[in-house]
Amino acid sequence: MKEATVIATNRFGLGARPGDFDIVDRNPQAWLLDQLQGPSRTPGDIRELPHSSTVLTDVQALRREERQRKKSPDNDNPDVTSVEKYGQVARGHFMDQVAARYRTATASDYPFYERLVHFWSNHFAISADQQPLPTITGLFENEAIRPHVAGKFADMLIAAEQHPAMILFLDNQRSIGPNSQFGKRANRRNKDRTIGLNENLAREILELHTLGVNGGYTQEDVTTFAKVITGWSIGGTNENGRFAEGEPGTFEFRESFHEPGKKTILGKSYRQREVDQGEAVLRDLAVHPSTAKFLATKLARHFVADEPPAELVGKLSATYLESDGDLSVVYQALVQADEPWREIHAKYKTPHEFVVSTFRAFNRVPDDARFIVRALELMGQTTFRPGSPEGWPDTAEQWGGADGLYKRIEWCNTVARVVGSKARPVELGDAVLGPGMSMTTRKSIARAENGVQGLTLLLASPEFQRR
Amino acid sequence: MVTRRDIIKTAGAGAAAAVWPTALFAKPDSEARFVLVILRGAADGLSIAAPYGDGNYPGVRGELALPSPRRADGLLKLDGMFGLHPSLAGVYEEYEKKQALIVHAIASPYRERSHFDGQDVLENGGSGAGLLRDGWLNRALAPLGNSPGNEKAIAMAINTPLVLRGENSVTSWAPSQLPDAEESTIQRLQDLYADDEFFATRLMQALKSQEIASDELSMQPTRGRSRNAEQVRNMMAATARFLSADDGPRIAVLEADGWDTHQNQGTTAGSLANRLAGLDGALTALRDGLGSTWSNTVVAVVTEFGRTVHVNGTRGTDHGTATAAILLGGAVSGGRVLADWPGLAKSDLYEGRDLMPTADTRSLFKGILADHLGVPDAMLERSIFPDSAGAKQMKDLIRA
Repeated sequence: MKEATVIATNRFGLGARPGDFDIVDRNPQAWLLDQLQGPSRTPGDIRELPHSSTVLTDVQALRREERQRKKSPDNDNPDVTSVEKYGQVARGHFMDQVAARYRTATASDYPFYERLVHFWSNHFAISADQQPLPTITGLFENEAIRPHVAGKFADMLIAAEQHPAMILFLDNQRSIGPNSQFGKRANRRNKDRTIGLNENLAREILELHTLGVNGGYTQEDVTTFAKVITGWSIGGTNENGRFAEGEPGTFEFRESFHEPGKKTILGKSYRQREVDQGEAVLRDLAVHPSTAKFLATKLARHFVADEPPAELVGKLSATYLESDGDLSVVYQALVQADEPWREIHAKYKTPHEFVVSTFRAFNRVPDDARFIVRALELMGQTTFRPGSPEGWPDTAEQWGGADGLYKRIEWCNTVARVVGSKARPVELGDAVLGPGMSMTTRKSIARAENGVQGLTLLLASPEFQRR
Repeated sequence: MVTRRDIIKTAGAGAAAAVWPTALFAKPDSEARFVLVILRGAADGLSIAAPYGDGNYPGVRGELALPSPRRADGLLKLDGMFGLHPSLAGVYEEYEKKQALIVHAIASPYRERSHFDGQDVLENGGSGAGLLRDGWLNRALAPLGNSPGNEKAIAMAINTPLVLRGENSVTSWAPSQLPDAEESTIQRLQDLYADDEFFATRLMQALKSQEIASDELSMQPTRGRSRNAEQVRNMMAATARFLSADDGPRIAVLEADGWDTHQNQGTTAGSLANRLAGLDGALTALRDGLGSTWSNTVVAVVTEFGRTVHVNGTRGTDHGTATAAILLGGAVSGGRVLADWPGLAKSDLYEGRDLMPTADTRSLFKGILADHLGVPDAMLERSIFPDSAGAKQMKDLIRA
């Protein structure tokens, strides 16, 4: 069996299921690239989830109910039922989305495609820290990211920035142009408090989604770009019951919030009107050389090594620019380059990658999604909650904490006990690590006191902890 | 039977020394310890230390005003102006020993009211949300002899909070709800990892932490009302162990949540009183656990911002601005309240609703880092708290 088979399955894919190597070994590179062909396929578990506009409309109605109740003057004993009801509904949506994500990742025959979905949703990270985000973060991944991972980056960029989850996460619905109709009126009425721009989304687009922190933009570019995207909001009434226009729970351009006029960003003047202006800026940002370099570096770091080879980054960056940001062309250049295939276990798995690859090794995912949420929380990678728009880190340096490794060992042991001694650890090791399993590991597993210990050693082995 | 302790011993003094070389140079323990406690959710400073001497206090606080120190169940008298919440009896004990200090009307430079951004600013040490991606306490580790394998700071949490995130290596520990692996499995893993330095080093570090924390602390948390208080107390007890260990960390960060009292905040009893009692119990557990090391210790208890002066429609308070911070420990020059009191009259309030900030949390942190941990002034001003010229270092917080 080729070493490239192990790399394709475990580093580019999400980890081998028993039997996968036989298929991949025919032609590992072709196995990867074939997954990008054809229309994007939405897996069954994902298709069954409701659309974020429905969820958002439902939960916002519940939240308004809760607020009304709190405000009512004859409220002697603040009623907990509406709070509890909201909590139940919100948890239900969150858990359904977690379950669908991990069921899909475990069962997928297109694991490279799924890894790319996870990679890009982490690039456009949303942290489900504040309600109502926990009810739609998983939907964001499926609605804004999934359809575009093998397409043009510009399309994914626009879909991500216009998704209600992103707008809510970075507060763009509160950003009001000082010279917009609404801004002028509000500031005339209330002299003490000026309402105005919120630069959150504009800054993160430049810093984290496109150019990168040293990508050559200024604070003035941030402020101007924030003006460009004023009015990028969500349809339907807001939390306070104000505003009504637009389809509830979907992207809505609010003309009355929008800062009018032409604007200059990175030295280029934009004369478009309304939503077109922001989209034009995003399309230019998507094919900017800084963006190409930033994305190429991230991809190379994810698929090759924590310190990505400069030559490869240069090659991918050039390919990106030549193809006008066509991601499939970039992946092809990546898969056909030499660098990814030089070293077998080049990356330390994140807790998420470790958990998914374990599920795939057993071809089984827990029925109760709470088990997954708790496991990832224990290892420090809370599901859908990276805590900041920067997303989860991707290097051994950042995941390699001592406590983190110990928690993984404890979890390996727990999983091994659940699976029981029926499993045959040496054979399983051959099936999921193939020639990647060292003699030391093989011997250690073979000499285990019992099946549970053998499985623990396999899952905790350096080879299984890396990809 | 082989115990974990034996495994660490048999793992070889050589290996242990390679990971923690300072173990070989035991010396009298006078090294400074620092514990940062972050109360997440915006704790109400006007309840932590109530300005009972401000004539406007009973009126503006209405049903949430705490009874004066003359009353049997009233505030614990700090001075003629301020009284400590009666649930903070342990802190008061330290105050009377001149080992606790209250700083009032303090706030970070953040002037809006989002928890997320407020915590971001409190922890990043910059002048605004999202401006820095690492934490001020991480940046302060560089001059303290911190290195991988010899981490000076520990996050008592699964995820390292922003204040400790950054370039410098820090360690972490949190209780686990999973059963330990068998001793023989751990031993075999040590053998399996022997050829791989990355794994061997980390397993060794983890076993050391497990040893310090001991098994009782890894137990399943209890359920029910006292759960939160008990968790915080257990974490503090564990913190004391880490800070006491030869070669353990010298700085710890803990978080406690549940301070966002929008509804039924209560007064001498109720939800906030329970939280404060839990915090007090935890701080007492830390003091007791540290023993003689307490005399070299400073604990700072801070929160992202304060709460509205007026009571809201649900017998609680909403997001505000200035609040109170608690400093305690044997190294603190305490027994006093530091406050340039802004007053509670309508015209004295920030935006007509919040306690006006007259002190900056960065000034407090600078005072601790400089005088307790010996961080050079130039670093404080340049890299640790950039753009903080307006926040002058607080002096004389630490006992000479």
